[in-house]
Amino acid sequence: MPLDGNAMAGDLREIFAVDVTAARYMCAGCTHTDAVGTLMLWHQSPGLVARCPNCEDVVIRVVRAPDRVFLDLRGSVRLEVPLEGS
Amino acid sequence: MGIISRGFGGRRRESVPGLPPGQYLTHDFPVLSAGPTPRIPLDRWRFTITTETGDKTSWNWTEFQALPAEDVTVDIHCVTKWSKLGTTWRGVSLDTLLEDVESSADYTMVHSFGGYTTNVPMEDLLDGKAWVAYKFDGEDLEPEHGGPARLVVPHLYFWKSAKWVNGLQLMGDDEPGFWEAAGYHMYGDPWREQRYQGD
Ligand SMILES: [Zn+2]
Repeated sequence: MPLDGNAMAGDLREIFAVDVTAARYMCAGCTHTDAVGTLMLWHQSPGLVARCPNCEDVVIRVVRAPDRVFLDLRGSVRLEVPLEGS
Repeated sequence: MGIISRGFGGRRRESVPGLPPGQYLTHDFPVLSAGPTPRIPLDRWRFTITTETGDKTSWNWTEFQALPAEDVTVDIHCVTKWSKLGTTWRGVSLDTLLEDVESSADYTMVHSFGGYTTNVPMEDLLDGKAWVAYKFDGEDLEPEHGGPARLVVPHLYFWKSAKWVNGLQLMGDDEPGFWEAAGYHMYGDPWREQRYQGD
């Protein structure tokens, strides 16, 4: 059973200084846009796989090695990250 | 597995025969999945080999079942560190499937229902090293474990053994599949701990 994208917050916090789960993605497959936290997340897997709830295409993949984190964003056209204080 | 004192950590693992470095033994069969489980009716199932020149050879389920099958007992090793020894499968050898295919390709991309892909060199599919399996432990392969049929390439990490397999694209050059593009190793030899890119 998938979780929702908010469960990526811990891994992504190590990479970005902002909360990426609050950012908006645009799906490369169907141009659907919403908060990263609303993606469907498959976590019982060699990595995290976040899929678009509209078309099921993969939007974000996160692979954790002991010394590195890989973030594959080819499934998202862009991420729109809100900045604090603006 | 209980609590193991630090000093014995590495040694303990090496001391189990058949267990690659960094792996632990499991007796259940964990289900790993990167997306929804596709349910493929057998009358819609098809396995297609496409050569580097675009020639296609394909089998429907009935034709596939008529091919000579083999029963194999193999150890499997997941990159998430569990290993399962002595698993039994029934399936068709890739030697049989590739027998009449004209190709000089050195690499393949394995394709699955649901869109999963993984790259495997041609030589790792030949000489009795890989099967398209449709039975596990004497029973029809369940959808959660890749049924109706999955690839079994036991000498590589198990992400290479694609579930719900439906085809093979033969390629002149190596290209990354689903996990390889996202940071996992292009080859994935468990005995050399080739988990991530650069390992
Ligand atoms: Zn989409």
